[in-house]
Amino acid sequence: MPRHTVDGRQMLGARIILQALEEQGVEVVFGYPGGAVLPIYDEIFKQNRIRHILVRHEQGAVHAAEGYARSTGKVGVVLVTSGPGATNAVTGLTDALMDSIPVVCLTGQVPTHLIGNDAFQEADTIGITRPCTKHNYLVKDPNDLAKTVHEAFYVARSGRPGPVVVDLPKDVMMSEGTYVTAPRGIKRQQHKTYRPAHTPDPASIEAVVDLMVNAERPLFYTGGGVINAGPAASKTLTALVKDTGFPITSTLMGLGAYPASGPNWLGMVGMHGTYEANLAMHDCDVMINIGARFDDRVTGNLQHFSPNSKKVHVDIDQSSINKNVIVDIPVVGDAGVALTAITKAWKARKTRPKPKAMKAWWADIKKWMAKDCLDYTQAGPVIKPQYAIQRLFELTKNRKTYITTEVGQHQMWAAQFCRFDEPNRWLTSGGLGTMGYGLPAAIGAQLGNPKGLVVDIAGEASILMNIQELSTAVQYRLPVKVFIINNQYMGMVRQWQELLHGGRYSESYTDSLPDFVKLAEAYGMAGLRVEDPAKVDDTIKEMMAIDGPVIVDVRVDQKENCYPMIPSGAAHNHMILGPEDEEEKAITGDGLALV
Amino acid sequence: MSSNLYEGSVPMSVLKDTIVYRHTIAVLVDNEAGVLARVVGLFSGRGYNIESLTVSVVDEEAQLSRINLVTSGTRQIVEQIKAQLGRLVPVHTIKDLTDEGPSVGRDLALVKVDGVGEERIEALRIGDIFRCNVVDSTNGSFVFEVLGKSEKVDAFINLMKPLGLVEVSRTGVAAIARGAGGMVDEASLEPLPKPKPSAWPKTKSTPKRKTAEKKSAKKLSPKRKTAAKKAPTSSKKKR
Ligand SMILES: Cc1ncc(C[n+]2csc(CCOP(=O)(O)OP(=O)(O)O)c2C)c(N)n1
Ligand SMILES: [Mg+2]
Repeated sequence: MPRHTVDGRQMLGARIILQALEEQGVEVVFGYPGGAVLPIYDEIFKQNRIRHILVRHEQGAVHAAEGYARSTGKVGVVLVTSGPGATNAVTGLTDALMDSIPVVCLTGQVPTHLIGNDAFQEADTIGITRPCTKHNYLVKDPNDLAKTVHEAFYVARSGRPGPVVVDLPKDVMMSEGTYVTAPRGIKRQQHKTYRPAHTPDPASIEAVVDLMVNAERPLFYTGGGVINAGPAASKTLTALVKDTGFPITSTLMGLGAYPASGPNWLGMVGMHGTYEANLAMHDCDVMINIGARFDDRVTGNLQHFSPNSKKVHVDIDQSSINKNVIVDIPVVGDAGVALTAITKAWKARKTRPKPKAMKAWWADIKKWMAKDCLDYTQAGPVIKPQYAIQRLFELTKNRKTYITTEVGQHQMWAAQFCRFDEPNRWLTSGGLGTMGYGLPAAIGAQLGNPKGLVVDIAGEASILMNIQELSTAVQYRLPVKVFIINNQYMGMVRQWQELLHGGRYSESYTDSLPDFVKLAEAYGMAGLRVEDPAKVDDTIKEMMAIDGPVIVDVRVDQKENCYPMIPSGAAHNHMILGPEDEEEKAITGDGLALV
Repeated sequence: MSSNLYEGSVPMSVLKDTIVYRHTIAVLVDNEAGVLARVVGLFSGRGYNIESLTVSVVDEEAQLSRINLVTSGTRQIVEQIKAQLGRLVPVHTIKDLTDEGPSVGRDLALVKVDGVGEERIEALRIGDIFRCNVVDSTNGSFVFEVLGKSEKVDAFINLMKPLGLVEVSRTGVAAIARGAGGMVDEASLEPLPKPKPSAWPKTKSTPKRKTAEKKSAKKLSPKRKTAAKKAPTSSKKKR
């Protein structure tokens, strides 16, 4: 319906919601029905513009929306019922909040006159989701529905993106109200109180460039903020890195903003980051953080974090700045806008860093790179997990591949061995570390990118947390590939128990695992298994050749550890590179208490 | 290295100060359901102190409420608190009354004291000195209304303890900046005003640090951690 004909029109509340979603350009909604949202489901039935994807668990709905959002740059939309529907969504909402993913989640609610009476399937959704959303709304008047939904989308996608809940009492959806169209043009940017940062203070940009042109050991440290700023920001970053010749590392969330095949790429930073990236963080004299948040997985021991550097922090969220690390130059604004401004200011300058110093800096870096910290040996009859992931990457890299992961060792190996050359291709649960994220996220990514090859690199423990979503993949013929790195252990837990708890493997072995091949068949999809290193390539090719969802059960070495590793409580220059190093750098004291 | 670093709204040297200060912060919010829960939840969720919190509608027409908060923390924490408050969608304006120029703050308590004979006379005498109103009185009790800075109210309550103090009801701090101009910027659509260049004492060079601290002590009434352990009063909220 054209805008002018709907503006001001009377409609049923539930219809207003559908109309508002349409106006917001929503194509897919991930949901699960129930009593409180039946009026919306009725409206969904009557239309065919918006596609509803029936998940098998509300947590899956939110992760699917996240996968959709992260891979397309659009807002992911979720629809769940009241009470258990809403509480099941909480993990997903928290995940989206931690990783700054734009999601709008519509939750059903009991009728307004019953709110507070412990009615059937009543939960205080607003109270429960207040700390795990960017914002939430309870709509009590059908005339506020359209405005609220429009505003929810604006809040979710602008500034630092995040999840927004709109709680919808059933009676509000069943009464008539007036539809209003979303504000356009300049008005669109206006909100009574909410004003996200956008353009950084020019003085701060000049100060950044001052540091850059005088740097001797500079380093870019980028994060998910660059990805959230859109593909153009990644291009600007890539060009700026080329112009300056500075080395660059990134957080887990920022992988792909600068191409891993680029000459200045040092690999990921942090607890399981590369030796060169972490030592460069430690030794640099100018650190330019763009859209990363000095997370504890990245900084390690704060007292020893990059002790001799001047630090720049570009972030759209003022509260991220000076939260963990006090920086020299705070720059509040959108990463893309800031990168463009920095590029312009850099180009305007005549001064450049001293070539001699830069040469020496790169010589140091090359020395660290020569350690080849990700090296492993595939020998013997057992598949090394790194080998399986590396082969998967090599065989899929020329396709339009999207990689999602669960959480654990496999996730870190995926981050190390999948070398992303583009943004929005890597979907992982970074901040919250949610096991069970990967499969639903893959479903969302596949829906947003029907032609893409979507692979969930999974652990056998994590995949069981949202395994029911296989049914969703089969129903909608989504050809997602679930590549299970099956070590029969909660590998990451086992690794910590080995390194920190005297090898007492308390409850980290999973007995009675299902037969994943038969499980796949039971769900109506293909299942493959590989145990022989020589057959890894063929199995991956077979997986890719199947036109539909596939599970691959990759039986790998049960005891492999993920290296390099900065033990908790240690500084960046105190990495464990491999088993030989373990003894020497045993984790003791305060480090034991850290996570 | 370049000498004149850009310093944002609060200089790095100031942020690194480890002294715990008490700050009074005024927050202008949309008067909508749940807004107080958002503010309180932020403090409990992130482990910040609330020493006092008052909230009331201040503009019926524009549906604005004002929250006055007294909190304490290092400067880094206080800046973080303000930034976190700034993220809340229904928040209009945040003003750090301790940081941004002079302000006045008032706390009101109703203090019930039971007593007879000498104690009763002494209570009344002290009430006089503190310019209390006696708002209720029976043969064996008084209810004093004491108004003033929190410290004055604290002092009065402490003095009443040996004289038969039975109950205290306290409002918490209402505070406002001195001088012309206000916080309500007509809920304008202009970008929020940038925080004013702060009145932070410069603590740049290390040798000078001690004296700088002393100076700032006067200006900002810093509260060291030990000093924070004051006699507990019934109306003070602490997490
Ligand atoms: C929901 C949830 N529960 C618990 C954890 C803690 N945890 C982190 S990694 C991990 C083990 C994951 O095992 P698996 O999926 O097999 O991956 P692996 O480490 O073996 O590759 C656990 C239990 C978590 N991250 N998420
Ligand atoms: Mg495992």
